[in-house]
Amino acid sequence: MQGIGMEALVAGAIGIFTFVGTYLMLRLRSFPVILGLTFLSYAVNLFIFAVGRLKPGADPIVGQTEIPTDPLPQALVLTAIVISFGMTAVIVMMGLGAYFETGNDKVDAPPGKDGTPEDASDDPAGLEPAPEARQ
Amino acid sequence: MSGAGMGHLIIAPVVLPAVLAGITLLFARNRPGLARALAGAGNAALLVIALVLFNAASGAGPELYRLGDWPAPFGIVLVLDRLSALMLLMTAGLSMAVLLQAMATGWDRRGVHFHALWLFQLMGLNGAFLTGDAFNLFVFFEVLLIASYGLMVHGGGGPRIRAGLHYIAVNLVGSTLFLFALATIYSVMGTLNMADLAVKLRDLPADDVALMRVAAVLLMLVFAVKGALVPLHFWLPGTYAKAPGVVAALFAVMTKVGAYAAIRTGTMIFPPDLPATGPLLGQMLLPAALLTLAVGAVGVLGARSLPRLAAYAAIASMGTAFTAIAGFGPQAIGAALYYMVHSTLAAAFLFLLADVLASRGAVWLDGDLAAKGPRLPGPAAALFLAAAVACAGLPPLSGFIGKLFVLQATAPEAAWVWPVVLGGSFLMILGFARAGSNLFWKATGPAPARPLGLNELAIPGLFLLALAALSVLAGPVSDWMAVTAGHLVDPEAYIAANRLGEGA
Amino acid sequence: MSPALIAALPFLGALFPGIAARFGRGPAALVAGMATALALAGLLSHAPAVLAGEAVTARFTWIPALGLDASFRIDGLGMMFAGLILGIGLLIILYARFYLDEAEPIGRFMSYLLLFQGAMVGIVLSDNILLLLVFWELTSLSSFLLIGWWQNRPEGRQGARMALAVTGGGGLAMIAGMLILGNIAGSYDISEIVTKGAEIQASPWYLTALILILLGAFTKSAQFPFHFWLPHAMAAPTPVSAYLHSATMVKAGLFLMARLWPALAGTPEWTAIVATAGLVTLLLGAKIAFFKDDLKAILAFSTVSHLGLITFLLGIGTKAAATAAMLHILCHASFKAALFMVAGIVDHAAHTRDIRSLGGLRKAMPLTFVIAAVASLSMAGFPPLNGFLSKEMMLEEASHLYWLTAWLVPALATAGALLSVGYSLRFLSHAFLGEPRDSLEHAPHDPGPGLWAAPALLAVLVVVSGLLPMATFAPFVDAAASAVTGETVHAHIALWHGLEPAALWMSLMAIGGGLVILGLYPQLRALWDGFPRPDAKDIFDAVIGALATAARVFTATVHNGALHRALWTATVAIVAAGLWAWWGAPQAAGTRPPVPLTLVGVLGFAVLALAALGAAWRHHERVLALILTGIVGLLLSGAFAWFSAPDLALTQISVEVVTILLMLLALNFLPAKTPRESAPWRRLRDLAVAAATGLGTAALAYALMRRDALFPLISEFHWAQSKPGAGGTNAVNTIIVDFRGYDTFGEIIVLGIAALVIFALAEAVLGSARACARLAALDTGRDAGDAHPVMLVAGTRFLLPVALTVGVYIFLRGHNLPGGGFVAGLIFSIAVLWQYMASGYDWSDRRQRFNHHAFIGAGVLTASVTGLGAWVMGLPFLTSGYTHVHIWPLDDIELATAALFDLGVFLCVLGAVMLSLATLSRLSQHTRHGRTEREV
Repeated sequence: MQGIGMEALVAGAIGIFTFVGTYLMLRLRSFPVILGLTFLSYAVNLFIFAVGRLKPGADPIVGQTEIPTDPLPQALVLTAIVISFGMTAVIVMMGLGAYFETGNDKVDAPPGKDGTPEDASDDPAGLEPAPEARQ
Repeated sequence: MSGAGMGHLIIAPVVLPAVLAGITLLFARNRPGLARALAGAGNAALLVIALVLFNAASGAGPELYRLGDWPAPFGIVLVLDRLSALMLLMTAGLSMAVLLQAMATGWDRRGVHFHALWLFQLMGLNGAFLTGDAFNLFVFFEVLLIASYGLMVHGGGGPRIRAGLHYIAVNLVGSTLFLFALATIYSVMGTLNMADLAVKLRDLPADDVALMRVAAVLLMLVFAVKGALVPLHFWLPGTYAKAPGVVAALFAVMTKVGAYAAIRTGTMIFPPDLPATGPLLGQMLLPAALLTLAVGAVGVLGARSLPRLAAYAAIASMGTAFTAIAGFGPQAIGAALYYMVHSTLAAAFLFLLADVLASRGAVWLDGDLAAKGPRLPGPAAALFLAAAVACAGLPPLSGFIGKLFVLQATAPEAAWVWPVVLGGSFLMILGFARAGSNLFWKATGPAPARPLGLNELAIPGLFLLALAALSVLAGPVSDWMAVTAGHLVDPEAYIAANRLGEGA
Repeated sequence: MSPALIAALPFLGALFPGIAARFGRGPAALVAGMATALALAGLLSHAPAVLAGEAVTARFTWIPALGLDASFRIDGLGMMFAGLILGIGLLIILYARFYLDEAEPIGRFMSYLLLFQGAMVGIVLSDNILLLLVFWELTSLSSFLLIGWWQNRPEGRQGARMALAVTGGGGLAMIAGMLILGNIAGSYDISEIVTKGAEIQASPWYLTALILILLGAFTKSAQFPFHFWLPHAMAAPTPVSAYLHSATMVKAGLFLMARLWPALAGTPEWTAIVATAGLVTLLLGAKIAFFKDDLKAILAFSTVSHLGLITFLLGIGTKAAATAAMLHILCHASFKAALFMVAGIVDHAAHTRDIRSLGGLRKAMPLTFVIAAVASLSMAGFPPLNGFLSKEMMLEEASHLYWLTAWLVPALATAGALLSVGYSLRFLSHAFLGEPRDSLEHAPHDPGPGLWAAPALLAVLVVVSGLLPMATFAPFVDAAASAVTGETVHAHIALWHGLEPAALWMSLMAIGGGLVILGLYPQLRALWDGFPRPDAKDIFDAVIGALATAARVFTATVHNGALHRALWTATVAIVAAGLWAWWGAPQAAGTRPPVPLTLVGVLGFAVLALAALGAAWRHHERVLALILTGIVGLLLSGAFAWFSAPDLALTQISVEVVTILLMLLALNFLPAKTPRESAPWRRLRDLAVAAATGLGTAALAYALMRRDALFPLISEFHWAQSKPGAGGTNAVNTIIVDFRGYDTFGEIIVLGIAALVIFALAEAVLGSARACARLAALDTGRDAGDAHPVMLVAGTRFLLPVALTVGVYIFLRGHNLPGGGFVAGLIFSIAVLWQYMASGYDWSDRRQRFNHHAFIGAGVLTASVTGLGAWVMGLPFLTSGYTHVHIWPLDDIELATAALFDLGVFLCVLGAVMLSLATLSRLSQHTRHGRTEREV
């Protein structure tokens, strides 16, 4: 039996998240890029959950329900949420670090001599931290 | 348990570094000496364990370890087979040497938490090599990735952190893709255990294969990101050039994680004789691999700085490795395995050397800039020559042997594979000759203020010895690889070892 | 002595000169000489057997899987070449000992020389073509080092790189050729391959293999059109030129052609390619040599020419021609090495090698003159010197060769001989005859015996072998020729064959003509200089330069360090690959009945969609975009709840709160707006890609949701075992902490590492002056308003304990009802964070009793140790046990080891979240606003 159901909406939501995420991730500043990646994680989390099939009224608590739901995708999503949270936190800090160090929040490396990204920073001498950081 | 049961030792490569890292965090945060000791000792212990496991895996068949004592495919299992044992040994050996170099060069003191992150990095790598569960592979990919993010930006600095941003962003896309693929697989096949997947996929109805074909391809793309296959390689040059040299050297094994996963997937889960996918994966990988080899070789010739030259050499080596992997036959996989060991050693060798040279201002390969470079001692020049010989695949080092293996394995497609492989070698010979003659012959600058002593060249020298050994012992080594490849393309033993559903 | 040892001796010897050099130049040379002499002795010990037509072999298996074995074989050909290499090697070592300056590191030089020698001997003694390839490339490498010996001289570096590029490149082609050859013959053993000539020449791959192998041979032996590198290799010290670039290395190509002669030669293709290339090289080299002014350049091109001659002979493909080739290899080595040494002596004595500023040296350097005369006359092919013998044989062969017309080849051969007479005599007369030049600032004189001994010895050999060929060279030539042709050869080498042979008249013509062109030299030279000539080096440099530039530009433009490009290409590749895999593959239609729409669902979806699209639409205003993102996250948790996933809902909402907090903190530092930078067309392109991915995932999701799994779900087991097996009714939680607790183990470690990375990054940032300056310039106070309002402060101080209790409760009930350590940890940290925000960093920090790192460490350890606890029961890692207890006021809770594991989760999460957010807020203490606040 065909017909529009909640599946269509959920699929639509996944599609929209992916669309928004991809578009934002292709921007040129770190903040929108990070937002984009967040949206991608929304999309994939919902995807994992959804492909475990939708069962409104079901419950993952044994004995509380007659309609057994598939608990595994939920567990996987939990893991995915946590991991993507950690990743987001790190990339936020990365974005901040790059911003503080370089003075702008552009994500693309600035072209060095003759347009190559190989600016003087390929020279670790230029990257060595302040002496006090060295032991 | 089959053969000499390794029992709990199988989980040790994962738990030991985790515990040590925890201890480091608790007690060694402000005691750099203790942190060094913990990391060093832990790494040494891992090396010993890896040797024991390697020895066991070489003798007996694949061995199972049920986490939480739950049977596969319901719980997560580790499976120790020859391939995973090989990867464990490679990782432990490489990281041991590189860690010592990190201490010799003082890199480990140029930021906080280096040793804890190092240990977590090892935990992630080992976990990925051991697991027999697809989703758990994802989890450990994330462990090793996030640790690598930390190591990559160790020491800080704007360009390095920005490179780290790229590295994370690309890998986050990869991880997202990984999850899409896994969810698709679970939704259709109802399982996540790799052996179980392999078995069930054989019974996939012939009229319902589209979704699994998509999943297979997406999965392989995830590994292609790790393996830096064109066009998914853009993250590598910046990351490896900007990362601390010792970290870049450790990363030589990171790209191999992609290769490892590709081999596992392409030989056991989606083998070429699987009706659903057939030669799909090989058809996708081979052109990409050749393109990667070409791009890397061109990069070696076109690189303006030593760190980038090393990075492009790494790309080229991955191209070569995947050229063999794409065959997914016994000969091809055997060749790929030998070449992977070689290229891991060679790449790490080159990165360590590039690091110590660059720390003395020997960075630029351009005529005018190079001429201003410092005069460098003979041992450094000799080691660079050796590294170049290894990376360009010239005799007498193992690169040449590995290349011959790859060429022989790809003989059926010789017409269009060989020209790329040999043409790539040619470009790399040009590139390395240019780099070497400019760095060591043309440089007329003053000798570096901090003289380049043997303490910093000893470990690179060790890598040269390792490569030499790999060449001299190429016979037994390649035989071992051939047997391993045989087991991989005929995974019945691996699947049986999972004891699917037993005790359920 | 085993052939393998003979090949190994020079390599072993290469280890010692460096040490010996500490005791002086003599010892270094002595050590090198001894290694060589030893190898030579070992070789000659096999001479009787080999000359009698036997072959001495030694075989060690190396890489059976590859068909690459260390198998060596001394037959006539190998004997002759190895003898040549080691014999001349000895003389070169002697000569070099006195040639090099005091200042130069003779130890390294000798080592390089021995490395080369070993590689060379390896080539000629290998019985396995793959092994031969190994040594082949080794000669390219060692000659690279020797040519670049004078590192400070650009011509040295360029010559070295050119030689490596050409010969190394040829070697690569040869690898392919050899592999094909081996596959045809079914073996990589030369002794096998040479017996399979018929099959090989019948194979469709024959021509491919032939061309690839000849590419290797021609590049090595400087055959047209690869002849150009050899003269530039003359930038090397003279001993190197004499050894590598006249006597030995450049003969490797000839050796290979001779070695594979039975397998490859005799076909029309072979003759067409080899003979033609040889003839062209012969004439071209001779012509250029005639007009060069640098003594070494003259010799270099004459070498090219003579190599061409030998190639030509091999190309002819007859037994007699091959014999002549063998003979000429010996003759040429003897006189040409001598001539190079003479050139070196002149260079030392007169401090110039320019023949135009030389002349009349016979008076100042009589001894050198004699040597030069003998050698160059032999090169010119005058009787009774050995050069005459081989030239006669060559002309004899040429006279029988029919190509296009009967006279063409003989004519060209004669012309070649004529030119060689020309340049040989010019070398002699212009440098040694005529009037002495007083223009030389150094009065030339004969050198000490150290320098003249070696060439003198060779000169004697030239004469003796010319007079008594049968007693000297003949046996070696016979053995070699037999080995090449596979038939027994008994060459009759003599000065006088009577008046019949055409050769006699041809060589008379050559000598006459040679004298004529020498007489007409000024006029011819003027003519020559009149014509513009393309310099091969310029062409080569242009090509390589273009290649390098192209590589640089390509690499730089493709890898321009743009994240946008990386992600864009990746996305496109992913979508394309997915489509490609899906295209045309059969797929069953979805059969699951759809879940009926509800109003709540539709409304929720509408808001969700609007918020998401709004975030993309207005992403330039960052705060707004962030708020919209937060709304999406909250609605998502609502959706989870609605679709009966309470754990997800709880986790999602708490994670969402923390994430938004984090991003708000970050936004404090970052610009409030994103500038509009990307061009419209680029935005359109990105929209298109994004749309494609969106459609792809939506379609995939829909397809999956409308169908059931094809196989039973493993989660049925989890469902069934949750209570009896894992002692919990919350299947999701039992999966997390038990069935798949190992995933969770990894997951919390990811979280812990994340916090460490964030902390380390902050440390790095705060350790960098540049960053601190920027940080200090920021004013983050802009939208904070009142730093910490009293209400909020009071609120949190009161709310904190409540939040903590809730946390505990959530934690404890997790195993049976939604909740667990993770959510509890988040709630805890949110409560504490609330306090941070309300009361300011310092206030809270003073009250912070534990260090966040310690929390993470403790969490990881707790989880690990809990897992390890199972070992005590001999059970695998993370095996859980449990028991039920009643603690008022909570209902029946069971204490599972899983709960202890969950405690680890809790600690790790708490530590990680606290550390990350504390780090971020710590940064704000370094901003202008932050500092002013602290001063208050």
